Amino acid sequence: MSPRKRQSTSKHSVAPVPALRPERELHQIGGSVLRLAKLRGVPETEVHIDENIYALTRFANNTIHQHVAEQGLVVSIRTAVDGRTARVTTNRVDEDALRSAIDDCLSLASHQPKDSKLPPLLGKQKYRAVRRFHAPTANLSADERARAVKGACQLAEKRGQVAAGIFSSGQNQSVLVNSRGLSAAYRHTNATFSVTMQQGSAASWAKANAVDFEQFDPLLLARIASDKAARAENPVELAAGRYTVILEPSAVLDLVGFLFYDFAATAVADKRSCLSGRVGKALFGKNITIADDVYHPQQCGAPFDGEGVPRQRVVLVDRGAVKNLVYCRRSAKQSGTRPTGHGFPLPNEYGEAPFNLVVEGGKASVEEMIATTERGLLVTRFWYIREVDPYEKMMTGMTRDGLFLVEKGKIVSAARNFRFNQSVLEMLRNVECLGPARRATGEEAFEMVVPPMKISNFHFSEVTKF
Amino acid sequence: MWDYCGHSLEVARLRGATYADVRVMHLRQRDLTTKSGQVGTLGQSESIGLGIRVVANGSWGFASTDQLTHEGVARCAAQAVAIARSSALAKKESVQLAAEGTYIDSWQGPCLKDPFEIPLETQVDLLLAADAAMRKVKGVTLSETDLQFRKIDTWFASSAGSKIHQRRVISGCGIVATSFKEDGIQKRSYPNSFGGQHVLGGYELIESMELLRHAPRVGEEAVALHSAAQCPEKTGTVILGGSQLGLQIHESVGHPIELDRVLGQEANFAGTSFLTLDKLHKLRYASPIVTVVADARVAHGPGLGTFAYDDEGVPAQRIDVIRDGDFHGYLSSRETAHLIGLSRSGGTMRTEGWNRLPMIRMTNISLLPGSWAFDDLIADTDDGILMDTNRSWSIDDRRYQFQFSTEIAWEIKGGKKGRMLKNPSYSGITTEFWNSCDAISNADDWVLWGTPNCGKGQPMQVMGTGHGASPSRFRNVKIGSAFSNQ
Repeated sequence: MSPRKRQSTSKHSVAPVPALRPERELHQIGGSVLRLAKLRGVPETEVHIDENIYALTRFANNTIHQHVAEQGLVVSIRTAVDGRTARVTTNRVDEDALRSAIDDCLSLASHQPKDSKLPPLLGKQKYRAVRRFHAPTANLSADERARAVKGACQLAEKRGQVAAGIFSSGQNQSVLVNSRGLSAAYRHTNATFSVTMQQGSAASWAKANAVDFEQFDPLLLARIASDKAARAENPVELAAGRYTVILEPSAVLDLVGFLFYDFAATAVADKRSCLSGRVGKALFGKNITIADDVYHPQQCGAPFDGEGVPRQRVVLVDRGAVKNLVYCRRSAKQSGTRPTGHGFPLPNEYGEAPFNLVVEGGKASVEEMIATTERGLLVTRFWYIREVDPYEKMMTGMTRDGLFLVEKGKIVSAARNFRFNQSVLEMLRNVECLGPARRATGEEAFEMVVPPMKISNFHFSEVTKF
Repeated sequence: MWDYCGHSLEVARLRGATYADVRVMHLRQRDLTTKSGQVGTLGQSESIGLGIRVVANGSWGFASTDQLTHEGVARCAAQAVAIARSSALAKKESVQLAAEGTYIDSWQGPCLKDPFEIPLETQVDLLLAADAAMRKVKGVTLSETDLQFRKIDTWFASSAGSKIHQRRVISGCGIVATSFKEDGIQKRSYPNSFGGQHVLGGYELIESMELLRHAPRVGEEAVALHSAAQCPEKTGTVILGGSQLGLQIHESVGHPIELDRVLGQEANFAGTSFLTLDKLHKLRYASPIVTVVADARVAHGPGLGTFAYDDEGVPAQRIDVIRDGDFHGYLSSRETAHLIGLSRSGGTMRTEGWNRLPMIRMTNISLLPGSWAFDDLIADTDDGILMDTNRSWSIDDRRYQFQFSTEIAWEIKGGKKGRMLKNPSYSGITTEFWNSCDAISNADDWVLWGTPNCGKGQPMQVMGTGHGASPSRFRNVKIGSAFSNQ
C-alpha cells in the first residue's frame, strides 16, 4: 500500500487514532513514584511505565467481523529493601494509587526471606539508539485497514475463495527509571497483515510483520495465499515416515523458536535446558550460525532489558557449535561473566532469554531447493507445536495451510497434513541448504530473521484427514 | 462505574449505534512462585478500564480505554462507533442478535476465604515448605511451586437495559519436581501440570490440595522415572487419569464445538472445526456411555467456566453437547444462535478483560461421571496402560488428529497396577477415540479441573475453562507414537 493511496475518501467520520503521550509525561510519572518512595524511606525503587495503543481489523468469510481498538498505560513498581523485593503493577496513575502501589510492594516484599544474592539496582547506562517508530504506521486508521482488508476479500470472491485474517497496527512506548539514576526510553510501531485463503476444503496462508506497514503489501500477501490455496486442493495421502522437507521461513521460525529459551544461563544452571552439559559442543551442522541481535535492521525491540542493561549482540551458535548463552545480572555474577542485556524484569525465576534471533542464511532460493529435490515436501507453516522431550528437544506439531509433494524437482500435488515428532537438535544437523534470511513471522514463536531451509530425514509420524 | 457505563452507552446512541454493550472491569491478581528454595515471582497487579462494543451501520466496532472519566469514556464510545462504520466498508450482511431478556442483578461467585486477605507469610511458608520437601528427595534437581489468585469485578450494561455486576475470585496452585540425569529430564507435577489446579473459589482450594503431603511423592516419582521402562509403541487399552482426560475433552470436544470456529471466523488463527453444521444431531461422536455438557451454572461446580451471566449479558446455561454418544450442541452467541436454529444464545461469550472483545469460549465442558468404581475399572483391565498428568498436547487445526503425552504411566496387567513407564504418549482421531470409550469412573473420582491458559482470538485472549472428568478407559488406542522415531 503506497502512502498516496492512504488518503481517506469515505464520507463518514473516520475513527480518530489516539497519540502516545509525550515521553516527558512518562518520565514525570516515574519521577512521582521515585519521589513518593523516597518519602516512604524506600532505599531502592525501579519503575517501568508502558503505554500501548493498538488496533486490529479482523476478517472472515470475506467480511470484517471484529474490529477493535485499545489504549492503556501501566506503571510497574519494584522496591528492594534489605534483600527483599516485589513488584506491583497498576494502570491507575494518580498519586494516591501510586502511593498505595508502593505500600503494597513494600508489604509484599517484607513477607519473604532475605535473598542475599539479589542484585542492587543498576546505575546510569548508555544505550545505542534504535529507530523503530514510523509515524504513518502509528496513524494508520480503521478505514485504511478496512480498505486493505476489502481488497483481500474482493480478490477471494473473484477467485471463488474465502478470506480470513487480520490487519493490525499499533504503537508502544516504554520508560524505565530507578532511584540510582538509570533512565531508559524506547518507542516503536508495529503492523501485521495475516491472511488465510480457503478454496473448498483447502487453505493456504501468508503473513508479514514490520515496524513500517509500507514494508509489506496486503494484496500481494493475499495473492500468494490465494495461489497456494488453489494448488492445495485434492491432497494426496502419503505414508508417514522420514522425508526431505523444504521449510518456508515461517515454518523454520515457529519450530526453532522453542529452542532459544534453552540458551538462558539460568535454564542451564537449573538443568532444565537441552544445553545442560552441552555448551561448547558441536550440536548442529556447520552451516548453522545464530546470533541474538536487537540492532539488526530487520529486528524490533528495545536496546535495554528488563533490568535496564544495554542489550548486546550475542553469537549463540557459531558454525554448529553452541558458543554462548545469554545472561541476566544474577546469572552473570554466578557464572563469573558479564550480563548480556537479556534479563527479564525482577523478580522472576527464569532469568533471561534471547528474543531477537538472526539465523544466518544461504543463497538457495525456495525454488532452487524444490528444483534440486528428488522427493520431498514443501511446508508453508506448522501448527500447535509442543515439546515432547525437553532434553532431546523433540517437538510435535502439525503441518498446516499448504503442504506440497515435490517429486523430481517439481511440485506435483498437495499432500494431506502430517503430524511430526522431530528433535530440533537433530533437525539442525540435517540442514542441506539455506536460503536468504529475512524477517519472518509465524504464530507459535516470536518474529525473527530467518532463512528457508531444506532438511533431510524430517520425521512425520501420522497423517490427518485433510 | 454505572455512571461510566451509562454515559458511554448514551454517547454511542447519540453517535448512531443501534446496539451497544459496555463492560467496566477491575482485575486484581497476585502471583507467587518459588524455585529451589527461594521466592521467584512475587507480584501483584491491578487493571481497571472500560470496553464498549457497538453496532453501527449494521457492523461491529469495539474500543477500550483506561481513561475512566466522562471525557475518556465518551471518546472511547465515539471511537467504537466510528470503527463500526469503518467495518461497514467490507460488510456483507448486517449483524443480527438473538433476542435476550434484560437483567438487573448482582452476583458473587463462591469464595469462602478471600486469598487476598490471607497473610502473605502463610502463603510463602506453604510454598517454601513444599519446595523443600521435594528437594529432600535425592535426584531432584529443580523444585518449583506456585500460587495464583485473581479477583475480577465486572459491571456490564447494555443499551437494551441490562445492568449486571459480577465478582469472581479464582485461586490456583501447583508444585513441580524436575530431575535431570544423563538420560534426560523427567518431571512430576501435582495436582496438575502447567500451573496446577485452578477453581472459582478462595484459599480453601489451596488448603484442600495438601501440597505438603504430596510433595515427597512428587519428588520421588520424578526421580524414579529415569529408571522406569520406556512406554511401548503399540495399539492397546489406555486408562486416562482425570486431569489428562480434562485436557482431552478441552482439545477434542470443547474447541470443535465453538460455533465461531465452525463458521470460519477463526480460520486464520485458532483454526476451524470438523464439526460442520450438517453434523448437528447426526454425528455419532462417541460411544453411548459418553455424555458431555457445557455447563456454566453454579450447580455444576466452582469451575473456571462458572458464572451467572456471560459477557453479553446472557444467563448461564447447561447445554447438552454429546448425549449418549450423539452430537447435540454447539457453543453459541447472540449473533450465531440463529445459524443453528436457536432462538437464544447458549451464553458462552466471554472476555479476558476490559480491553478485549467478548468471543465464544468454553464454559465448563464436562464428561458426566459413569458407573465404575476406579478400583473395579483397574481390576477389569487385563492389559492396559494408565496415563496421568499432561506433559504435552497438540491437535490439528480442524480438531481431528491429536497427540498427547503424559508425565507418568503404569502398566496394568491382569487387573493390577504394575510397573511405572516413562515417556508415555497416545494419539488418535477425535471421533474414533471417543467411540472407543468403554468405561467411565463414577462421581467419587470426578473432579472439575481448571484449564487457566486457553488461548484464542486476535488479539490473543487467555481464558480459564473448566472440565469435569473422572478416569476413563479407551480401547484400541495408538500408544507411544511420539517416541516412535527413537
